[in-house]
Amino acid sequence: MNVPSNLLFSKTHEWVRIEENIAYLGLTDFAQDKLGQIVFVDLPELNQEIKEKEQVAEVESVKAVAEFFSPVSGKVVKVNEDLLDSPEQINENPYDSWFVAVELSDQSELENLLNPQKYEALLMEEEENH
Amino acid sequence: MKKTPLYEKHLELSGKIVDFGGWALPVEYSGIIQEHEAVRNAAGLFDVSHMGEVLIEGKDAESFVQKMVTNDISTMKDFQIYYSPMCYEDGGVVDDLMVYKYNNEKYLLVINASNTEKDIEWLESKVSGDVKINNLSDKYALLALQGPKAEAILQKLTDTNLDDLGFFEFIDGMKLRDVSALVSRTGYTGEDGFEIYLAPGDAARLWDLIMEAGSSEGLKPAGLGARDTLRFEACLPLYGNELDKDITPLEGGLGYFVKLTKDDFIGKEALAKQKSEGLKRKVCCFEMLDRGIARSGYEIYSGEEKIGFVTSGTYSPTLKKNLGMAMLDVDFTEIGTEIIVEVRNRKLKAQIVKKPFYTKKYKKD
Repeated sequence: MNVPSNLLFSKTHEWVRIEENIAYLGLTDFAQDKLGQIVFVDLPELNQEIKEKEQVAEVESVKAVAEFFSPVSGKVVKVNEDLLDSPEQINENPYDSWFVAVELSDQSELENLLNPQKYEALLMEEEENH
Repeated sequence: MKKTPLYEKHLELSGKIVDFGGWALPVEYSGIIQEHEAVRNAAGLFDVSHMGEVLIEGKDAESFVQKMVTNDISTMKDFQIYYSPMCYEDGGVVDDLMVYKYNNEKYLLVINASNTEKDIEWLESKVSGDVKINNLSDKYALLALQGPKAEAILQKLTDTNLDDLGFFEFIDGMKLRDVSALVSRTGYTGEDGFEIYLAPGDAARLWDLIMEAGSSEGLKPAGLGARDTLRFEACLPLYGNELDKDITPLEGGLGYFVKLTKDDFIGKEALAKQKSEGLKRKVCCFEMLDRGIARSGYEIYSGEEKIGFVTSGTYSPTLKKNLGMAMLDVDFTEIGTEIIVEVRNRKLKAQIVKKPFYTKKYKKD
């Protein structure tokens, strides 16, 4: 499973890419693989204030529904509307398929996230439980 | 979890194994959508060995089966197959099944895996006269080869002219290379195709033979995920969704398979009454207008009034739309009627459309 070294991760399988005070959020390779082919995504709106651990998006495959929890708090400054029309991009390139960009309101929340090594350890655990 | 004789094969093919009513079966291999498209455009091979098979034998087999099912089996020819609901006295459905007629003293019933025990208990409780009931579920593996290329693929393995095997007919003891099997022209996808019953020990070998024969025809292994989206588009009912102990076959849209003119059968009185009084609710088809996917169990409204529930709903790979089937108050089932589907606390607009979504491509002469 692909775990890029330049990202941070949540325990609920969202990734975060930091560019100064902006965080790009997406769904990890592990999560998309587990879900199967994604056919629907619902995204937050531009300028929406979202909170850490709040459910802000939904992703659906043919058979399943997954909730997307924001790993950070802040204001949505960009929405990747391409995903609405072609959600399959999330399967094809999970780490290029950012959902939204968020202007961080609390940088310290990043400390709650997992680095790539810790996220890989989490994936090992999940695999073992299956 | 119970394993079919093809379990190792599914692992070898990287099938994503799930618990399907107690059976370890692949929901997908390469992906539900590719597998779905393979069946619509070329062919797919499914392991459906979990299905139950029950042999009914004896001098009174015909009258017994006739009493148990709603369809009229007295018009069946030998080696023909009928589909039929089997009902309780109150008209609710015990199961929907396929009746394979060898002769009027021997019938094979093919039933839903999750209903096997319940069905056999029900059949045994109603037995009378010279009738033997034999659960052969463990004696048969079952492969389904489905799609427009199914005949061309299977023909490579047999000298039997498959063109002569009509829709809903079967041959027992067909030779597929060195493997002997019961082959019927049936399926659950809305495409032409075959269901192949054989000894569990031969299943892996026949799977390989079919995959090899189909490699140049675009054949793919297909999982239960695609089986569900395929049957859904063709509006073939699924027990537990469109049919249930609390849903009659008339409400489920299977009036054609309920022969109220035949002699007594279990559920006849209740069904005749329901028909004469008129249905209060029935299964119909809808298309989402707002963005969202309806899933089974979601509630349906007209304004503030609850008018029914979703029985099955998914993204349709063939029509590329979000579609559903629902049990609705008959006042809201006219084509074009706008309804509201409650999707996780959001009220989304949908519209009643014509049934089925996908016109079945059966081979009928």
